[in-house]
Amino acid sequence: MASTFAFAEARGGALRKVAFEAVSTARRAADASGGGEAHALLLGPPGISTLAEQLGRYGADRVSVVEHPALEHYSPEVFAATAAAQLRAGNYRAGFFSASAQGRDLAPRAAAALGVGLAADIIAFELDEPALIARHPAYIGKAIASLRLEGSPALVSLRPGALAAAEAPRAARVEHAPPALDPAAARVVVTKVVARGAAKLDLGEAPVIVSGGRGLKGAEHFRLVEELAAAFGNAAVGATRAVTDDGWRPATDQIGQTGRLVSPQLYVAVGISGAIQHLAGMRTAKVIVAINKDRDAPIMKLADYAIVGDLFEIVPRLTEAVKQARAEG
Amino acid sequence: MKIAVCIKRVPDTEVRFAIGTDRKSIDPTGLKFDLSDFDGYAIEVALRLKEQQGGGEVVALSLGPDGTQEILRKALSMGIDRAVHLQADAIPFDALSIARALVPELEGQGFELILFGRNATDTGNACVGPMTAELLGMPCVTAVSHLELSEARGIAQRELEGVTETVSFPLPAVLTIDEGIARPRLPSLKGIMAAKKKPIDVRPAQLGEIRLSVQTLELPPERAGGRIVGEGPEAVPELVRLLRDEAKVL
Ligand SMILES: Cc1cc2nc3c(=O)[nH]c(=O)nc-3n(C[C@H](O)[C@H](O)[C@H](O)COP(=O)(O)OP(=O)(O)OC[C@H]3O[C@@H](n4cnc5c(N)ncnc54)[C@H](O)[C@@H]3O)c2cc1C
Ligand SMILES: Nc1ncnc2c1ncn2[C@@H]1O[C@H](COP(=O)(O)O)[C@@H](O)[C@H]1O
Repeated sequence: MASTFAFAEARGGALRKVAFEAVSTARRAADASGGGEAHALLLGPPGISTLAEQLGRYGADRVSVVEHPALEHYSPEVFAATAAAQLRAGNYRAGFFSASAQGRDLAPRAAAALGVGLAADIIAFELDEPALIARHPAYIGKAIASLRLEGSPALVSLRPGALAAAEAPRAARVEHAPPALDPAAARVVVTKVVARGAAKLDLGEAPVIVSGGRGLKGAEHFRLVEELAAAFGNAAVGATRAVTDDGWRPATDQIGQTGRLVSPQLYVAVGISGAIQHLAGMRTAKVIVAINKDRDAPIMKLADYAIVGDLFEIVPRLTEAVKQARAEG
Repeated sequence: MKIAVCIKRVPDTEVRFAIGTDRKSIDPTGLKFDLSDFDGYAIEVALRLKEQQGGGEVVALSLGPDGTQEILRKALSMGIDRAVHLQADAIPFDALSIARALVPELEGQGFELILFGRNATDTGNACVGPMTAELLGMPCVTAVSHLELSEARGIAQRELEGVTETVSFPLPAVLTIDEGIARPRLPSLKGIMAAKKKPIDVRPAQLGEIRLSVQTLELPPERAGGRIVGEGPEAVPELVRLLRDEAKVL
């Protein structure tokens, strides 16, 4: 029996999907070890404690809430010191972070502060005492490494979307705690956070991603991809590096080795050849659909479902059919 | 300004990729090695800062087996002033053990900036940079995609999910460098000649305890992919049916 820890990421006064994934994973790990407690840590500005209840719904027995007016934005030093202090105090078997942009910044600092190992960006794991075995895509996704992590707490960061959140409701105890480092003493300060496309679903959170490649032939044709994404209702738009390099889409939309790593339920590749660097970012998607005029393009070998042909004819038809299917429920 | 850049030698897996007979590492037969992608950007950032400020020293540091000297030589030919090779038979997967071995080389040397790549292309860990910073007790900004320095402070930008974050930090600091900040230069012929005379210090790496290791390495599960639903727009209704009834993602 062992207790576990999860870091719950929030932004702009709301919990992010990855927070539920981390808490839910901590819950399952505690249960699998014979029924310990799952504790969550939540930091943010005053009022953030109202979110604690939602973490209880995903299985947190206790939520430590650190509220401070200076924590409107992420503070790497305050967050890392506080996470390390909580982990140190709790005698946890494992601690779960998300491999989101924030989690990738935070988890290594906490691990180094504690002097414990971190398995980063993992897609599955199991406790095989005395070790934790974690699966991690390595060599830009060309291989899966099974990593053996010794020691407690074993820290893990979870690739967003790889381990789904499941409800396991309970009334979480809410405990208020001070930050382990006075925010006034922080040297690194986030001064501004600016949203890029307003109200768009983020690539890391969207269950569906529709991505476009050079096959679209010009920025103006990305409308086809956007319309298909809109038809799904829950989709974000991604792109290849060929497209972001040419400035058809912002660099932040790029998926792949040097862009975002995503694991959506459905990935639709439109006019994308499937270069290894692109596949590195999306091959863990649950279902892959490809639309390409070249039957032999590498993406067609990876895709669960592929249509061979001209995307300019196929995509508008698919957009209509998806709309209709969703209307029918 | 004195700048350190930590760089890693990684296999170039573009050409060939196979799992080794030990089922823990990749098959070395015919493998070429190169500088990890993001580390090239880190070198470029360091060189540009030196050029802008018209002086200083840029030192490259790499831990790895003998072949590591080839990538250090490449860094020197790009314009790095001198290099340190921390010798180890193999590079552990455990980022904390690497960070611990880098610390004594970086501590108390008067570096105002210590640069890393965002992540190494072989491990994909993105850990060595922030871990080293934590051990050094230095301020750290990760995944920097834009950088401006003034006297004793810097302003960095980071691209997060859907937002751009602006971060202010004091020097000295540790930064990890994201792609796209500055395209790495190619070594010039003059640079290659000059590099031959530049020093590479060699010392054994003090790796310490290793808590994270590769137990097995396998190819990703074969996707049952390659299913052509049909050709042209006529195949759309069947695709939608499959997405709804078989894959259940609609
Ligand atoms: C170090 C390094 C890092 C990289 N990192 C990344 C990365 O992170 N992400 C990334 O995406 N790439 C990355 N790349 C680039 C990568 O190698 C490819 O060049 C890129 O992914 C290709 O993009 P594409 O598929 O859009 O273009 P192409 O390869 O040109 O493919 C276009 C496809 O569209 C199809 N097509 C054309 N017209 C039509 C039509 N009318 N109807 C249907 N199909 C059509 C073609 O058959 C073709 O398959 C990287 C490269 C390097 C060297
Ligand atoms: N063996 C090494 N020697 C020097 N620097 C390294 C080494 N391994 C990793 N690094 C640095 O740390 C960064 C991140 O590596 P990783 O945490 O493995 O993704 C790399 O881009 C390098 O800048």
